[in-house]
Amino acid sequence: MRLELVPRATVSPAARLLAPIGALILSFALGGIIVALMGRSPLTALDIYVLQPLSDPWALQELVVKATPLVLIAVGLSFCFRASLWNIGAEGQYVVGAICGSALALATHGTEAGAWVLPAMLGLGILGGALWGLVPAFLRVRFGVSEILTSLMLVYVAELMLDYLVRGPWRDPKGFNFPQSVGFDTAATLPILGDGGRLHVGVLFALAAAAVAWVVMTRTLFGYRLRVTGDAPRAARFAGFDERRTALAVFAISGGLAGLAGIVEVSGQIGQLKPSISPGYGFTAITVAFLGRLHPLGILFAGLVMALTFIGGEAAQISLRLPFDLTKAFQGILLFCVLAADALVSYRIRLVRRGVLAGRAPA
Amino acid sequence: MIEMVPREGDRAAAAPPPLVSLRGITKRFGTLTANDHVDLDIHPGEIHALLGENGAGKSTLVKILYGLLEPSDGAILWQGEPVALQGPQQARALGIGMVFQHFSLFENLTVAENVAVAMPGDLPIAAITERIAAVGEEYGLVLDPGRFVWTLSAGERQRIEIVRCLLQNPRLLVLDEPTSVLTPQEAERLFVTLEKLAADGCAILYISHRLEEVRRLCRTATILRAGKVVATIDPRSVRAREIAALMVGVEIGEVKAVPGHAMGPERLVVKGLSLPPEEPHGQSLREVALGVRGGEVLGIAGVAGNGQGELFAALSGERLAAAADAVRIDGTAVGLLDVTSRRRLGAAFVPEERLGHGAVPDHRLGENALLSRHGTGGLVARGFILADAARKLAFRIVDTFDVRKEGPDPRARTLSGGNLQKFVVGREILREPAVLVVNQPTWGVDAGAATVIRQALVDLAARGSAVIVISQDLDELFEVADRIAVIHAGQVSEPRPTRELTREAVGLLMTGALDESALKAAEEAGVVHAS
Repeated sequence: MRLELVPRATVSPAARLLAPIGALILSFALGGIIVALMGRSPLTALDIYVLQPLSDPWALQELVVKATPLVLIAVGLSFCFRASLWNIGAEGQYVVGAICGSALALATHGTEAGAWVLPAMLGLGILGGALWGLVPAFLRVRFGVSEILTSLMLVYVAELMLDYLVRGPWRDPKGFNFPQSVGFDTAATLPILGDGGRLHVGVLFALAAAAVAWVVMTRTLFGYRLRVTGDAPRAARFAGFDERRTALAVFAISGGLAGLAGIVEVSGQIGQLKPSISPGYGFTAITVAFLGRLHPLGILFAGLVMALTFIGGEAAQISLRLPFDLTKAFQGILLFCVLAADALVSYRIRLVRRGVLAGRAPA
Repeated sequence: MIEMVPREGDRAAAAPPPLVSLRGITKRFGTLTANDHVDLDIHPGEIHALLGENGAGKSTLVKILYGLLEPSDGAILWQGEPVALQGPQQARALGIGMVFQHFSLFENLTVAENVAVAMPGDLPIAAITERIAAVGEEYGLVLDPGRFVWTLSAGERQRIEIVRCLLQNPRLLVLDEPTSVLTPQEAERLFVTLEKLAADGCAILYISHRLEEVRRLCRTATILRAGKVVATIDPRSVRAREIAALMVGVEIGEVKAVPGHAMGPERLVVKGLSLPPEEPHGQSLREVALGVRGGEVLGIAGVAGNGQGELFAALSGERLAAAADAVRIDGTAVGLLDVTSRRRLGAAFVPEERLGHGAVPDHRLGENALLSRHGTGGLVARGFILADAARKLAFRIVDTFDVRKEGPDPRARTLSGGNLQKFVVGREILREPAVLVVNQPTWGVDAGAATVIRQALVDLAARGSAVIVISQDLDELFEVADRIAVIHAGQVSEPRPTRELTREAVGLLMTGALDESALKAAEEAGVVHAS
């Protein structure tokens, strides 16, 4: 007896839209079971994870701040994933973007450098992330190396590089030997939106990125090129869309946006370089991209949902003494549920009772 | 009038009872009824044809007979006893052997090893080699058991499949479109083998859409249309056109030549075009030279897998040549230009595969109009898609070529093969290209659509374009081409005027007799008219 996936003849558009929502509900249910097994009340956990952050104005702002890097990275990843190219290393591109932008902030530290510093930092962040992203793309088009492996492995290279910098050359001499850089000057810090809030200008970048991506994806020849490449690679070749150039372009775009997210987070949120500048945004953004159906508007929504798990996770650490690993496990459960829901929208499961071995006959 | 073969009566009284009978076989896939109450009797020693268009339900029926599909309704009687086939093993145990259209062979194993993996039990290779030789001797299936499969021609590969079946002593052998990959000479050898098998009492179910070979081989033919049996006939006593009409359901037209149009200068010139294979065991192109004039259709015949796909890729620019002047379009050297640049110079291309190559299956027709037309004006402005213009173009293609579809702008995969092919060909022809290269223009297309497409190709040439038709279908080439060349092992023979050629001569070239001395011998043997 075994299970078979049989393609559905027709797929209703409603089912496609409802699938991520069903996945959300299912993963909350699974999360509740795990919390119960750990001896806490699932209802209390739901309250702390979801309801309290959503009813507290401060936490709502925090939600948007946390969603910002997720949305920036996921929008970039959606370009890659549309074209069936798998950039798993956004975390590394985020880190390298943060390093490159910060290099300028640290170089101009304590000087009278003017308003040009911040835009130049953002530019360097984008450039750094894009170049880091182009490494796996280049290896793929030149030597046929799997971009999945190389982009992932480069994450660890980037993290170790950051670790070396903040413990070595960039360490704050007056920082009591803590592995961290000096705090950024005002000229190198992203301005806050409005008065006294938590929202910084980076939030607008995320909204702009989603809007531009939406136009590019639906209205331009470049977006069409990505969709054709992802849906039918041979047809893309027939259309004259060079597969190598496509790969380089989408890795540069997604790397650039991840790099922007990195420098935005460091300059708008953290204010200095530390060994840990991300709770795994680059990986969580993969879930965000799929939960948002690779659609910019969906990604905005999914970014907020995933940000909620971060904030709720922090609150649960404090009040329920649940480990932060639970949040990561929950994010993993969510990704699985999203992918499973996607698969079940297009396929149905059939139970095959007798063990027919098709032998040499094609099925 | 169609003369029906009597089901009962004198013949049935004299003949032994049927080996296998299908009674009311019905198979539904969702709302589609692929087989609708099909009745079929096959007697021992009979070569029974199953005729029908693509999509008529032949493959479904055969899969049911081989235990790969369960019928929704109906019964299979084996020597009068009802059987419920639980899978191919059980079908094989009863004595049913099957040769599929697409072979399932391991390229990197030898002939004997490929036979061994299909045999029950643990026979030593030496014993199998012996049995291959014995069966080969008896039925004229010449095979070298030690050869690696990747070195073999399609005809030889098919012989392995047949030998595999014969070693299990089948009482019914089913062949699905066996000649689609064979040269006429190879097909003739297959027929001799099948006749010998039938004479020894083996029943054969022969699936085809080619009338001529069915008339050559079979005395009974069951014709399927839209899942139903529309007639059971003696194919020798009914005219080919009437059989075709039964298969299609309407009388089909003939392609009309356009008389008296002038031949222009050469618009597509290929010289010294060589291309290494793209993948292991792939075909390379070797020193291809061709010239096609405006007003001319050049046919390129050949058995599948001899470099047709590679030639198409090199002409279209999907793969670039080594030198710029290997390919010229209207005098411009384009060997190093990509496919979009070649389109801008007036060339247009139709690949062999409709779904996934010539069109994106999940995209709507409007978007698919863009696929090959985005670079040639009118559909894209400053990087932005003019979606309305693209849809209008799609509608114009649909109107001009009578593309049947559901809904205003459906996804490509919802169209039938023939209608999608009309769309893909029409998309290129509406551009009035200077040069058109088409690979397998009517592969898997119903006869009605095939006629429309062939006529459009002939008409396009008459308006002054140079047209290359790469096809495995000799009848098609003789219908549309002014000159025919043959591609074999990556080499293309000197094109010869169609009127000087016979099918036999082209078939000889398809087996690789490329040099003039072989042709001369053929002329002397009378298969080629001296020019």
